[in-house]
Amino acid sequence: MLLKFFLTCNKIGAFTLGGGYAMIPIMEQEFVDKNHWMERQEFMDIMVVAQTTPGIFSIDMASHIGYKMKGVWGGIVGAIGIALPSIIMILLIAMFFHTFKDNIYVAKFFRGARPAVVALIAAPCFKMAKTANINRYNCWIPIVCCLLIAAMGVSPIWIIIAAGISGFLYGKYKRKRNNIKD
Amino acid sequence: MLFVKIFWIFSQIGIFNFGGGYAMISLIYNDVVVKNHWLTSSEFTDIVAISQSTPGPIGINAATYTGYVAVVNAGFPHWAGIISAVIASLAIIWLPFILMICISHYLLNHKDSPIVKDIFAALRPAIIGLIAAAAIMLMNKDNFGSPHEDMFSFAISIALFAAAFVATRFYKANPILVLALCGIVGLIVY
Repeated sequence: MLLKFFLTCNKIGAFTLGGGYAMIPIMEQEFVDKNHWMERQEFMDIMVVAQTTPGIFSIDMASHIGYKMKGVWGGIVGAIGIALPSIIMILLIAMFFHTFKDNIYVAKFFRGARPAVVALIAAPCFKMAKTANINRYNCWIPIVCCLLIAAMGVSPIWIIIAAGISGFLYGKYKRKRNNIKD
Repeated sequence: MLFVKIFWIFSQIGIFNFGGGYAMISLIYNDVVVKNHWLTSSEFTDIVAISQSTPGPIGINAATYTGYVAVVNAGFPHWAGIISAVIASLAIIWLPFILMICISHYLLNHKDSPIVKDIFAALRPAIIGLIAAAAIMLMNKDNFGSPHEDMFSFAISIALFAAAFVATRFYKANPILVLALCGIVGLIVY
């Protein structure tokens, strides 16, 4: 059963293009519908946890299912199962590309693709603003964070730590205030 | 020494990555290009393009690739690059993995903790700023050319950027298709 789980994770890692969210329907199909390793409700719950914890979404999902099946070793099998096809494939490409990147056609192709990469990074910001409930009262948060990193050279890690602590403190303050009112 | 540093940096990137693949790109860019100069900015964008267009999680793809190129750029042989790529990929996984196992263990008891909800309410807007910063810092001479040196290719870069942005933002175009089409345009016009 663990071998089957490992091979299923390999399949998910090897055949899903586009990363993270593109993997959800395939994982749902494999883990819930086909193999019945978890209920649909549980899948949704774990999806929320995997989205809110650090780390790579699909690896978090696979670790949880593996842990449920066979404890810590099961978790390791799941995580490695997802990552292994990527590591092998990228290594082959890296070794190949590193020798061919000075080829004129490859260079031309990537000269055209580079501005598109920047656009691909910029575009999801707006979609994510909707899910994070950005409005005119809190829109200063992403703007200030962006300026601190891009203009002042602050490390993004400090931004994440500061945001986490302020969220914790603000929530505590809000609850305290409400308790007094009640 | 370089291997230890790669392990240390990618461990940090792994545990501070809350916003998925694109947020991780921002972290990797900051450490690998801005701070340590292991890669040039255009090498980094090429890696993002390849990580996007190959299957698997973007974070793992980018870590494997960056680990390899950083060591080969430093003058080490291919086999050292392979070891470094494996180190970077495992480094990015292990801390979140331990955390995830602990969470799986306690999930049934503490599912709706208000403290956890508060923390994430503040993290989400910050992550948007993080990703926007990565996009802004990549809008540089390496990726777009310079209007002073070559007006023609700079204009083409801007046009490709605008087209790719509109396609993904408003028409939900497949990212791989977008990259491929822009690459083909590059092949034709340059």
